[in-house]
Amino acid sequence: MSNNWGVLKFIARRLLLGVVTLFIVSLVVFAATQLLPSDPAQAILGRDANAASTAALREKLGLDHTAFYQYTHWLKGMVTGDPGDSFNARQPILDYIGDRVVNSLFLLFLASVISIPLSLWLGGYCARKRDTTFDNVVSNAMLAVASLPEFVVGIILVLLLSVRVWHVLPAVSTIGIGQGPWSDMRGMILPTAVLVIGAVPYISRVVRASMIEVLESDYIEMARLKGAPESVVLRRHALPNALGPVFQVIALNIAYFAAGVIVVEALFNYPGIGGALRDAVRVRDIPVIQFLVMVLATVYVVTNLAADVATVLVTPRLRTRMQ
Amino acid sequence: MTTVAPAPTTAVPDEPEIVSKRPPGVIRVAFRMWRTRVGMIIVTVLVLFALFGRYVAPYGEREAVGLPFKPRGETRKSTLFGSANVGHDVWTRFLYGGKPILVAAVAATALALVLGTLVGLVAAYNRGRLDDVLMRIMDVILALPQIITALIVISMFGATTKLIVLTVGLSTVPRIARVVRGAAVSVVERDFVSAAESLGESRFRILLSELLPNVSGALLVEANLRLTFSIGLISGIAFLGFTPDPGAANWGLMINENRKGLASNHWGVTWPVIAIALLTIGTGLVGDGFSRAAAGIDRAKGDS
Amino acid sequence: MTDVATNVAVSISDLRIEVAGSGVDIVDEVNLTIAPGEVLGLVGESGSGKTTVGLAVLGHARRGVKLAYGDVMIGESAMLALGEGALRHARGTLVSYVPQDPSTALNPALRINKQLMEVLEFHDFGGSNAARKARVQEVMSEVLLPSTPEFLRRYPHQLSGGQQQRVGLAMAFACRPSVIVLDEPTTGLDVSTQAHVLTTVRQLCHAHNVAALYVTHDLAVVANLADRVAVMYAGRIIEQGTAKELFFNPAHPYTRHLIAAAPDMETHEMVGLRGRAPAPGRRPKGCSFALRCELATADCMAEFPAEREVAPGRVVRCIKPFEVPQRTDHVAVHSSPIAASATHALMVRDVCASYTGHQVVHNVDLYVDRGECLALVGESGSGKTTLSRSIGGLHREWTGEILLGSERLAPSARDRTTAQRLRIQYVFQNPYSSLQPRRTVGDSVARPLIIGGASKTEAARKVGEMLERVALTAGYANRFPDQLSGGERQRVAIARALVSRPEVLVCDEVTSALDVLVQASIVELLGELRRDLGLAMLFVTHNLPLVASIADQIAVLADGKLVEAGPTDRVLHFPEAEYTKRLIADTPQISDVTS
Repeated sequence: MSNNWGVLKFIARRLLLGVVTLFIVSLVVFAATQLLPSDPAQAILGRDANAASTAALREKLGLDHTAFYQYTHWLKGMVTGDPGDSFNARQPILDYIGDRVVNSLFLLFLASVISIPLSLWLGGYCARKRDTTFDNVVSNAMLAVASLPEFVVGIILVLLLSVRVWHVLPAVSTIGIGQGPWSDMRGMILPTAVLVIGAVPYISRVVRASMIEVLESDYIEMARLKGAPESVVLRRHALPNALGPVFQVIALNIAYFAAGVIVVEALFNYPGIGGALRDAVRVRDIPVIQFLVMVLATVYVVTNLAADVATVLVTPRLRTRMQ
Repeated sequence: MTTVAPAPTTAVPDEPEIVSKRPPGVIRVAFRMWRTRVGMIIVTVLVLFALFGRYVAPYGEREAVGLPFKPRGETRKSTLFGSANVGHDVWTRFLYGGKPILVAAVAATALALVLGTLVGLVAAYNRGRLDDVLMRIMDVILALPQIITALIVISMFGATTKLIVLTVGLSTVPRIARVVRGAAVSVVERDFVSAAESLGESRFRILLSELLPNVSGALLVEANLRLTFSIGLISGIAFLGFTPDPGAANWGLMINENRKGLASNHWGVTWPVIAIALLTIGTGLVGDGFSRAAAGIDRAKGDS
Repeated sequence: MTDVATNVAVSISDLRIEVAGSGVDIVDEVNLTIAPGEVLGLVGESGSGKTTVGLAVLGHARRGVKLAYGDVMIGESAMLALGEGALRHARGTLVSYVPQDPSTALNPALRINKQLMEVLEFHDFGGSNAARKARVQEVMSEVLLPSTPEFLRRYPHQLSGGQQQRVGLAMAFACRPSVIVLDEPTTGLDVSTQAHVLTTVRQLCHAHNVAALYVTHDLAVVANLADRVAVMYAGRIIEQGTAKELFFNPAHPYTRHLIAAAPDMETHEMVGLRGRAPAPGRRPKGCSFALRCELATADCMAEFPAEREVAPGRVVRCIKPFEVPQRTDHVAVHSSPIAASATHALMVRDVCASYTGHQVVHNVDLYVDRGECLALVGESGSGKTTLSRSIGGLHREWTGEILLGSERLAPSARDRTTAQRLRIQYVFQNPYSSLQPRRTVGDSVARPLIIGGASKTEAARKVGEMLERVALTAGYANRFPDQLSGGERQRVAIARALVSRPEVLVCDEVTSALDVLVQASIVELLGELRRDLGLAMLFVTHNLPLVASIADQIAVLADGKLVEAGPTDRVLHFPEAEYTKRLIADTPQISDVTS
């Protein structure tokens, strides 16, 4: 059907845009790391290293080649799954980081699975109970919490639940190397809670606003004037129209986590990519920085793409416009 | 064709009743709400602490008053809340620690405001090619979360105040640009802009006198949101350990460096946490007030 | 009341609707009855409360509105007293609603088929799915829409405005209700579509013996469609009667003004009325119309007149019904074009305009002389707006020549000289968006002068003068647009356009967004100014009867081509082109009923 062809073209175009964006990001990231004021080889070996070993390291790291060569070499590695070695750990990045990526993804997954349904329900419920006491109290509370930076939320939770007031939850995660993150579920509680508490207030407010706009629309009034039972009004008339913005919101959610993960992992000593990134920045471990940044950027871009496509699929008006 | 002339017109205004005064602007409406006032008070108190606290501090910023993390009473010199990392006085460090964050956050937001508004207005007014190009550039910057951009830059050049302000500011630009563009696009279609064009007004003049005043509601709200976020981001970066001067007091850094002493003296963490929390809640309340005021005005306008 | 006429489909008694919470009345003391098969037109300007009354018949009140008092009886059911379940059942089976704007009232995410089927499903019409499907087919053909599966699978945005409205009608008639409330259902439709929709409504009502409440501000439509008419002003019904009688011989002064203000091709004059109806909460103790009424006396202001039956079936709330005020000081003025000069004030030669590559105007020639008004008439999509915007320098994609006097005008206003820009001025359709809301009226009106090089004091003086000229006061200069009514804003826009003493004035549908009485005042004003200032006026409109009152010459545009041009009287009474003939035939007018 001509419908589908148009949608496919849209998806293809959007995909292309995403790839181009990532490409440009990779250029920027690489260029930024090329602008080092000092020599990375020297930085690694220390000031007192002799010239020979510095030169040897330079050659090993490929620093003597042109920028263009270095970039393409790096890009090829990234895309084929061999991002090279970490400067600092002197081992292949994937060995070094692999576990941590899994740990972070698990944390993200847990947080998303809780926060997305929670935000949707809370936002929808507050929209229906608009201007009642419940809505007012919840909205104000959400506003306050949404303003707080995640690490502050984290510290407050630690102060309350871990260290000062009650002592129920561990303040530090104890996942060992080689074990899966699920080995210390108690240690997961606080980091997950911080991420969820960071995301839900903001996102539920967006959902609430979107729902209210839908509930105030003419077609909802018309449905009621046709004699529709309230449940049908919500399910058949309101929901499909509220979905579009919701996908954007879910993408926002995940994007939020991609950023929040850094601070949260630092706070709880959680062995994930956030912590790895922070450590890498500290010691200027360039390949690791480049790798992690590209991973996070890819997550960001892919979720936004998915959200845009989902929105179009769900909104008939946009879908048929593609013809 | 004949026209029937009516009786000689004495000017009869359409509304013989009392004419209302000019409807108040967003800011005035916002300040009528309790939340804006409360927020403003909180923010003012904390700003005073941050900016002027150092002049009433009992000790020097890097002065040691005893062993680290000793509670009040167990330090060599008398303190209100005991000692922190490296034996500093908690209260003194707290009074010194707000300014770096506040100044950097405000500067970054101001920078982003100016550039972002310009980009957004130009994109909205010009549509077509220029709009596409500008917005694609914005999209690239948006492809990375702000904290990551900041970390990359810091890893390259170290953490100086100027750099942090620049990085946070520039990475905020697309967020403001998007909002301004969104608001301006609907203004551009209104007839008074066409009226100005038909009079031949210059593009720049139209941006400044026709578009800008009419997006100020959305702009105000977004600027406030960005300020709140920047405060969180900059103190977060400090929390991760990246500050221009590791020895200087900084609320974010304090939270990190005093964590190890949580069990013996929590005040080193608690005070900066309370301060940052209150500051961001305060700006959040003010922003919410603006947002409701703007929405209320839009709604009232729609009833014409 | 015990005179329960067996021939009453719906009866509204003593209805009062208030603002929720404050008790301020929106509508009060409303009494209406409609017989089966009868169409009652409920007429009023915006803010009169007519839509609120219409919704009340379904027992519905919008947010912030409360149905405070009174009864709405449909058959045996008291709509205002029904419980939730019964009310839901009544909506659709007893009474249904046709919305004003089908593009927003139809759910954009649901197919037409679903939206039609569901109203049948809610009320279990027909008892089986097959019966319901058959009913959908039936009702679609009744409203003259295809009932093919392909059509039914469409989404609302894939239909034209007229088709969407017919779907609205189909949904309303589906369950065979006894009463239908139609809320200005032809707003935004072009004339021929409107004519079709109205015919359909009339046929369906008569065929199925359905009582219809037709809410509108358009007198011409009501005159042609309704059997009886009720006129609302400031929340109260001030006159009721049969359409013929009411339009032929109006009893209430307000009705008289409405009719005098309505555009009509037979009577050339449009007489406006200044002032506006009092808003809820500001209604005086006495007659709310007294402040604007030439016949008002102290008794009128003392208390609101009670209902009087002045003839069988004719009810008025006025203590001086049928009185016609003496109008002694009217002078008939002939418009005289300024002595013909060799060059026309505005000349359009062989202009072709496109919109993003797509050509919308084909080889149009026209001209306007000083002191003359040319009406450019066309329906939406005819290219008239593109053409007028091209003339004003607001649209750049065109070829051909546009001459101001003897000078060629550049396509874009920016490329024209300041003098040229000030000699040809533009007034926009929407008074709510043509004035910058953050700038005072005075500053907005002064802009052309400042651009022309005047000093601030000089400009302020001229602004004051101009505001007086458009029948506002100089004091308006310090106000902001938010504080002004629609009519006042349009006057300010006109002042701004005329302050630099242009030779040519382009008016783009300048009265379409205004109520009838205000519209007439603006047209009067424009006529006066044209005569006094010797303007060459290009008046763009889709409203054919309006043209009769303002234009000397008329040019008819269809699909971007000029199909007919000539003196107004000739074209309107002896049209040559098929398109013009059809347009005139499809346009409803009051004189259709009264002549």
